Amino acid sequence: MRMPATSSSRSYYRSRRARKRIANIVIAIVLIGLGIISLAPFWWMLSTSLKSMQEIMSFPPTKYPHAIIWSNYEHAWVSGRLSRYALNTLFLSCVGVFAHVLSNTFIAYGFAKIKFPGKNFLFSLMLATMMIPGFCTLIPQYILFSKLHWVGTYLPLTIPGFFGSAFQIFMLRQFYLGIPNDLIEAAKIDGANHFYIWSRIMVPLAKPAVIVIAIMTFQGAWNDFLGPLLYVNKESMFNIQIGLTAFRSAELTQWNYLMAASLIALAPVILLFFFFQRYFIEGMNISSGTKG
Amino acid sequence: MSLERKDALWGYVFVLPWIVGFLVFTFGPLLFSLYASFTNYDITSQMDWVGIRNYRNMFTHDSLFWKSLHNTLYYVLFNVPLTTFAALLLAVTMNQKIPGMRIFRTVFYLPSVLAGVAVFYLWMMLLNPSTGLVNMALGWVGIDGPAWMTDPNWTKPAVILMKLWGAGGGMLLYLAALQGVPEHLYEAAELDGASPIRRFWHVTVPMITPVIFFELVTNLIGAFQIFQEGYVMVQDQSTPGSPMNSLLFFNLHMFLKAFQSFQMGYATAMAWFLFIVVIVLTLINMALSKLWVHYEGGDNR
Repeated sequence: MRMPATSSSRSYYRSRRARKRIANIVIAIVLIGLGIISLAPFWWMLSTSLKSMQEIMSFPPTKYPHAIIWSNYEHAWVSGRLSRYALNTLFLSCVGVFAHVLSNTFIAYGFAKIKFPGKNFLFSLMLATMMIPGFCTLIPQYILFSKLHWVGTYLPLTIPGFFGSAFQIFMLRQFYLGIPNDLIEAAKIDGANHFYIWSRIMVPLAKPAVIVIAIMTFQGAWNDFLGPLLYVNKESMFNIQIGLTAFRSAELTQWNYLMAASLIALAPVILLFFFFQRYFIEGMNISSGTKG
Repeated sequence: MSLERKDALWGYVFVLPWIVGFLVFTFGPLLFSLYASFTNYDITSQMDWVGIRNYRNMFTHDSLFWKSLHNTLYYVLFNVPLTTFAALLLAVTMNQKIPGMRIFRTVFYLPSVLAGVAVFYLWMMLLNPSTGLVNMALGWVGIDGPAWMTDPNWTKPAVILMKLWGAGGGMLLYLAALQGVPEHLYEAAELDGASPIRRFWHVTVPMITPVIFFELVTNLIGAFQIFQEGYVMVQDQSTPGSPMNSLLFFNLHMFLKAFQSFQMGYATAMAWFLFIVVIVLTLINMALSKLWVHYEGGDNR
């Protein structure tokens, strides 16, 4: 609706809807500005990864590559031995996802749906362990694994996952609690035991939550730095994070190659994010107790 | 066997993996490290009881202990309030009915899901004093940017700035909470003539204090764990924490004591010190929360 520019226009601008519209325009401008700040690093990363070293060092810096050099990626992939590291990381991530999904869906079922003496105590104890800073158990765990002669193998990075993680158990339990008990009672009357109920009824019903923890675990394993730093000592067993630091030692400040390698390392998580954004957001909401 | 007892047995079967994992990977190691912190353990040859010597040395003989504690506290003190505030501000701005909100949400959230060495390298490049994007942008508004990662006074602000880029993770939580504030509260406040700013402070903020509290507690515990940035974001990779130990965070110092000089006893004492600091701060946080955190339904806290 267009208003004529008469004396009535002042009262029009005072009106609530107009004020709201101006406020919305201001907010939109602020958000666009912040959005540009948020995305600019990605642009800079991509543009640097395609520049020549000579162009990167030129002053003032160029805002986009004047000559696009795709072969930077080839160089990073080959001389950074990224195929080796990416495969190693993929293997560790997949084992991690399998271990976490298996153990946490299993343990959470016990906490959510079965009555047994001491359950509340154990559950509170489990919640309390979430408060323990990881660094407090890091050193004694290293000692344990070194006494077991597991240092130098992938065992310290994979085996603990089969024993559950407090945070994910908590998340899955919250989800299970929302599944009606009638389903379990009906299955019991049909002669099903708890193992059957867990594997055939609960896990399929909890699929959204399972996807959430699968993504969380994959992301965690893909980005893991400290674990491989401590337990992997052979170059051929490096994961992508350690591989990146090794690549930097070799290339020093060849920013174009480093950025190409870094983008390759980030790509899986970025792709995962775009395909499963809904589950990323759901995971955040379940974990804080606010249902979005 | 009665049905109930059979059921209970199943219950133990299901939680057994966690109990085993807890004893082997958490409780056992914690107990061992408590004992080790009173010894001169070095993982290979010696483990003699030395009483409180490790703890005493920590406070009196190790100047890097204080330096690293200072670095971590500096980081915590700025990182936790800044990211909380930025995330909250972003969420409030986003909580409008403007078209394209989903795109903005994605744009602000994306940086927070990325982590690891690649992000550190990205920021080392962005913060390059002469060719980086940050100083270039500062130059547009007439500011002569600092040397960031090469100036000991600016390394920690640089890390804090990098972390601010990932504040969008918290934003999502606040956004979900904001959307859960019942509309009728705003309508009632508006009828009473409350201005938008008053509505924000007296309706919005109280209603989302539980989420702010949750974020503060988890961010605080998380911020105390800072380590990788000091290990990776250095000019010279052979000296973690450089320049001038300005990025030698508490955990990095502990890590180097344990895995470079193999003073395991001393390092476990440091770990226990940190543990106690974090527990005390969390308890203080919880006690203070009674003063400002508002739970729906009154006294169900």
